[in-house]
Amino acid sequence: MEKPLTGRMRGDGEAVELPAYERADGYQGLRRALKLSPREVQEQVRAAKLLGRGGAGFDAGEKWAHVPMGDDAPHPKYVIANADEMEPGTMKDRWLMEADPHQLLEGMIIASYAVGADAAYVFLRWAYKTAAKRLARAIAEAYEKGYLGRNILGSSYSLELYLHTSAGRYMCGEADGLLDALEGKRAVPRSKPPFATTCGLWGKPTVVNNVETLCCVPHILRGGADRFLKLSRGGKEGGTKIYGASGRVKRPGLWELPLGATVGEVFHDCAGGMRDGLAFRALLPGGASSDFITAEHFDVPMDFGSMGRAGSRLGTGTMVVLDDRTCPVGVLVSLERFFARESCGWCTPCREGLPWVRSILEAMERGDGREGDLDVLDDHVRTIKMHHTFCTLAPGAMMPLRSALRYFRDDFRRHVAEKRCPWR
Amino acid sequence: MLSEQEQDAIRGELARYALKRGAVPEALKIVQARRGWVSDEAVRDIADFLGLTPEEVDEVATYYCLVFRRPVGRHVILLCDSVSCWITDCETLREHLCRRLGVGLGETSGDGRFTLLPVACLGACDKAPVMMVDDDLHVELTTEKIDEVLDRYR
Repeated sequence: MEKPLTGRMRGDGEAVELPAYERADGYQGLRRALKLSPREVQEQVRAAKLLGRGGAGFDAGEKWAHVPMGDDAPHPKYVIANADEMEPGTMKDRWLMEADPHQLLEGMIIASYAVGADAAYVFLRWAYKTAAKRLARAIAEAYEKGYLGRNILGSSYSLELYLHTSAGRYMCGEADGLLDALEGKRAVPRSKPPFATTCGLWGKPTVVNNVETLCCVPHILRGGADRFLKLSRGGKEGGTKIYGASGRVKRPGLWELPLGATVGEVFHDCAGGMRDGLAFRALLPGGASSDFITAEHFDVPMDFGSMGRAGSRLGTGTMVVLDDRTCPVGVLVSLERFFARESCGWCTPCREGLPWVRSILEAMERGDGREGDLDVLDDHVRTIKMHHTFCTLAPGAMMPLRSALRYFRDDFRRHVAEKRCPWR
Repeated sequence: MLSEQEQDAIRGELARYALKRGAVPEALKIVQARRGWVSDEAVRDIADFLGLTPEEVDEVATYYCLVFRRPVGRHVILLCDSVSCWITDCETLREHLCRRLGVGLGETSGDGRFTLLPVACLGACDKAPVMMVDDDLHVELTTEKIDEVLDRYR
């Protein structure tokens, strides 16, 4: 099985060094890209059907195509790697950056060339200290070897690349919030349109892509779009995917598989199923902002289209597994506490609704649940939805709750009826 | 007053941002790295230095979780309480830490050694439960392992 993203990683936990990266065809994708026109690079990525790995699944090539090109285009233009990984249950970008920082840089440089960007930023989460050190070193090496700076590899293209370390807030991972954070403001969502691709950082055209998305880009250029597309199963969405599992499974971890590997392959074959003495209950397939799925979904391919049709979403592709000895209401308390705490307060349904949901769930878990609580939760799930808020934080917060109310309704009822948590 | 060193460090950040305001998060981190926290006075000094209003700096300083607006202990413990750590029983770890340090969340131990804060997912869910102490990540925690870890921070 081909593992373009992780195949060259070392076994000792250290980063792939630049010479080793180059020996394994590193920066060959960039060399190929520079022989093409920016539009041709965009078309390659478009043909590869690279869907955004941050969770939204938006076509990267299509996003790039919205950036104004040509002599009249506004400058400076920007490319930003969204490395503010903070979706609960998600640890894939940390791995990619710590283990192979040059792969991300190469992807960013190619993306920047494709949209004619003048500057690029890695927007890195504060907690990722090891990644910060390794990226800083890789950036310095890339400048030294002429992969960054003036006239990259003797071409007429120049690019500056900076590392920005954030000061901690989930909203910074939301593309508009990220732009505010980079501009030195409170991170709040923006009204769209205009979209960042035409009016982003400091009002200039800006592309924001997730780390894993950008890490795929060198492989598209090196091996061709068709080859990249065929790495996946099904051929509708290209590439491999970093899948993961956490919770009380036998082997929590991260694995690179063809995009479209099934839920069961990740849960059973990679994660080894539940620890002894525990039974499987349900899982969140792609971080906190996804709907629970159950054992009936083990055969569903973990790609964007299939997970959507199964009533959930691929999200970040790193599953959180719930066992039969863990209280589902308690899990929801943890999830909604996170969302309520991280709400930026811009939109009323999120600012007011999420703390209310959290308090109801906390009361239930304490044994203070009341008749009618489930109706109030149902109301929130119904009314806090896309387009009622500026960004997807609050609708995302409702996804695990909505599905929990469906799959674990009896557990919620028991908390209220027995005035206690039956798991304690 | 910002020290010469602080001013130089902030000046060094300016080139990376199209507008000076972009350097506010870095400026706050620079001050905090040297003083442990960011006082109202420091907010005003940063604003003066960057040619911004105090409000423009304060709105950033109050928004980001890792900018401390009150003095903290010599070491800051950030205990992850997000879903994967919750499933692997971070609640027991929290109770243990609170008891051992004699503090609640958001408080500093009487000897000024540790401040205990909850934090959102640290991106090490396959090694849950986890916490950070200062810049170090500690994984696969148990109450015994926490005791060992804390002994390393004087």
